Amino acid sequence: MDRLQALFINPVLNKEIKLRFRSFKNFLGIFLFLAVCGAVCLAFIYIETQFTHDGFTSSDSKNLFMLLSMGQLGLIVFITPGLTAGTISGEREKQTLNIMLTTQQSSTSIILSKLFSSVLFLILMLIASLPLYSIVFLYGGVSPQMVFVTFGYQLLTMLTIGSLGVMFSTISRKTMVSTITTYGMMLFLVVGTVILFFITVRLIIGFQQGSTGVSQSSNIFPYLILILNPAVAMFASFDSNMFMYEFQQLGIDWPLWKGFTLGYIAITMFSLLIAINRLRPRMRAKTKIKKKG
Amino acid sequence: MIEIINLTKRYGSFTALENLNLTIDKGTVFGFVGPNGAGKSTTFSILATLLAPTKGTAYVNGFDVTKNPKQVRKHIGYVPDFFGVYDQFKVHEYLDFYGASYSIPTSERKTIIPQLLELVNLTEKTDAYVDLLSRGMKQRLCLARALIHDPEVLILDEPASGLDPRARVEMRGILRELKNMDKTIIISSHILPELSEICDELGVIENGKLIANGNVNQIEHQLQAQKILMVTVKENIEQAIAFFEDDSNVLEIDQDQQNQQLLKLSYQGSDDQQVELLKKAIGVGIPILTLGQKQTNLEDIFMEITKGDE
Ligand SMILES: Nc1ncnc2c1ncn2[C@@H]1O[C@H](COP(=O)(O)OP(=O)(O)OP(=O)(O)O)[C@@H](O)[C@H]1O
Ligand SMILES: [Mg+2]
Repeated sequence: MDRLQALFINPVLNKEIKLRFRSFKNFLGIFLFLAVCGAVCLAFIYIETQFTHDGFTSSDSKNLFMLLSMGQLGLIVFITPGLTAGTISGEREKQTLNIMLTTQQSSTSIILSKLFSSVLFLILMLIASLPLYSIVFLYGGVSPQMVFVTFGYQLLTMLTIGSLGVMFSTISRKTMVSTITTYGMMLFLVVGTVILFFITVRLIIGFQQGSTGVSQSSNIFPYLILILNPAVAMFASFDSNMFMYEFQQLGIDWPLWKGFTLGYIAITMFSLLIAINRLRPRMRAKTKIKKKG
Repeated sequence: MIEIINLTKRYGSFTALENLNLTIDKGTVFGFVGPNGAGKSTTFSILATLLAPTKGTAYVNGFDVTKNPKQVRKHIGYVPDFFGVYDQFKVHEYLDFYGASYSIPTSERKTIIPQLLELVNLTEKTDAYVDLLSRGMKQRLCLARALIHDPEVLILDEPASGLDPRARVEMRGILRELKNMDKTIIISSHILPELSEICDELGVIENGKLIANGNVNQIEHQLQAQKILMVTVKENIEQAIAFFEDDSNVLEIDQDQQNQQLLKLSYQGSDDQQVELLKKAIGVGIPILTLGQKQTNLEDIFMEITKGDE
């Protein structure tokens, strides 16, 4: 427990929070974000009540919720790379990294606190927006459980993209390179996976119709691609029939959210492990001299 | 104490450091001198566990930098040649952050930080933002930072670069104080006289190889394989040249451009041999007008050994 505490409540994290939250800019950011979210809600309700005959129904309420959630996911996906891709390389460029690496801080604790401190602000934004959901509850159609699940998706997406950002920031010398790579990775996850999914599904289904004896193992590939897409996974949780047809064709009955959760946890762990291992040089010198002194 | 064994660092096919062997005893101030690109910073980075050696290793207080870097970090304070500061920190917050990074309890930090600021003469800057400090002040702050966990070994990479003469003198004073605290200090510089004043021992490094080391006098001796004799003759300069050329201890004869009667002899014989040579010269009738030996100081030797043989 003490170790765990030392890992999370540590000087690097404190320093980052102190430096980041010292600026007034950040609070202005939260304020604007909430204002935009609120405006979207009000506009949506206004349009629904003024221009449709049935008024604001519980299905409208669900749609508003989905709109808000997707909007926030979009925000996360676009902001997280920018927040994390410079965490380590930025310190290297400022020439403060060397000194930090000669302190007693473990690589694990430096990497984890860098990740958390950089996404902390986004998390704060999401939490601050939770009361907005009360509008949605007011009209029904959305269960509190659904809100939490959605929040979970958003958090996991943020952590995964953030970990990728920290990893690229650790391996590349320049923040520029790391930022571009992280954004590229994000675009692949959000857009590339969908395109790749449809291409592979068409290929495989077309292939199945042409010949009979296809090996089952090749069928899982489109599924493995699709679970990498956070928007699809989140949308599928609102609408469980999504891609059902395709999956039936491929013979997969594993729900998308399971694959997504496992896949994203795996990516997060993998990225963080790489970052932790690559932060300091690997000391692999081999000497035959016995220890002295 | 520091022990460097067969330390080698290669970048691809380029060898930045080759088979460096060195032992520095506890409480010694060791100066590392060498021209640009000699491998000083490379050595220091390896000692600071920031760079993995290609071959060989080093021990700091008995801990292997390649096998036990975490322990090594506990025992060293490192001031890099170039470093940045977190610009939104105030001086005391800056030190507090690094104190926390070494897990020093808050209450202890509260007492140590003012002491350190006192040591490096920055007490009146406690509440200033670090990026507003002058370069020399930043350098001193970085030194205070390196001392926060009371390490036994200090690794200072050109701590005096960019300092004005007055700040250099101050830096020297601080180092002397640290030496009195029985710290082992290794320090690098291009400027030899500056180091010879505060260092107990010196190491001269060039092209990744240690070419001399020992205390200041030993180095002078080690490097002074040859001396320069200045001989002016009244006339018959050709005869003089022919005569000196015959002596096997005279390595080179240089006739001065302006004063054609002045010869500079690179001489490697002992003092006794030198006496004999001069007796003989007068014996064969060379009209020696004046005779002198060029005074060489460490700087000249440094220039001599490190000149254009790259
Ligand atoms: N990452 C690297 N890749 C390739 N070569 C490098 C790298 N780092 C250092 N070198 C080379 O290693 C050599 C030694 O560099 P080092 O910084 O140790 O010199 P130095 O003695 O500290 O010089 P200076 O007095 O200029 O600080 C140089 O020739 C340098 O070009
Ligand atoms: Mg250097």
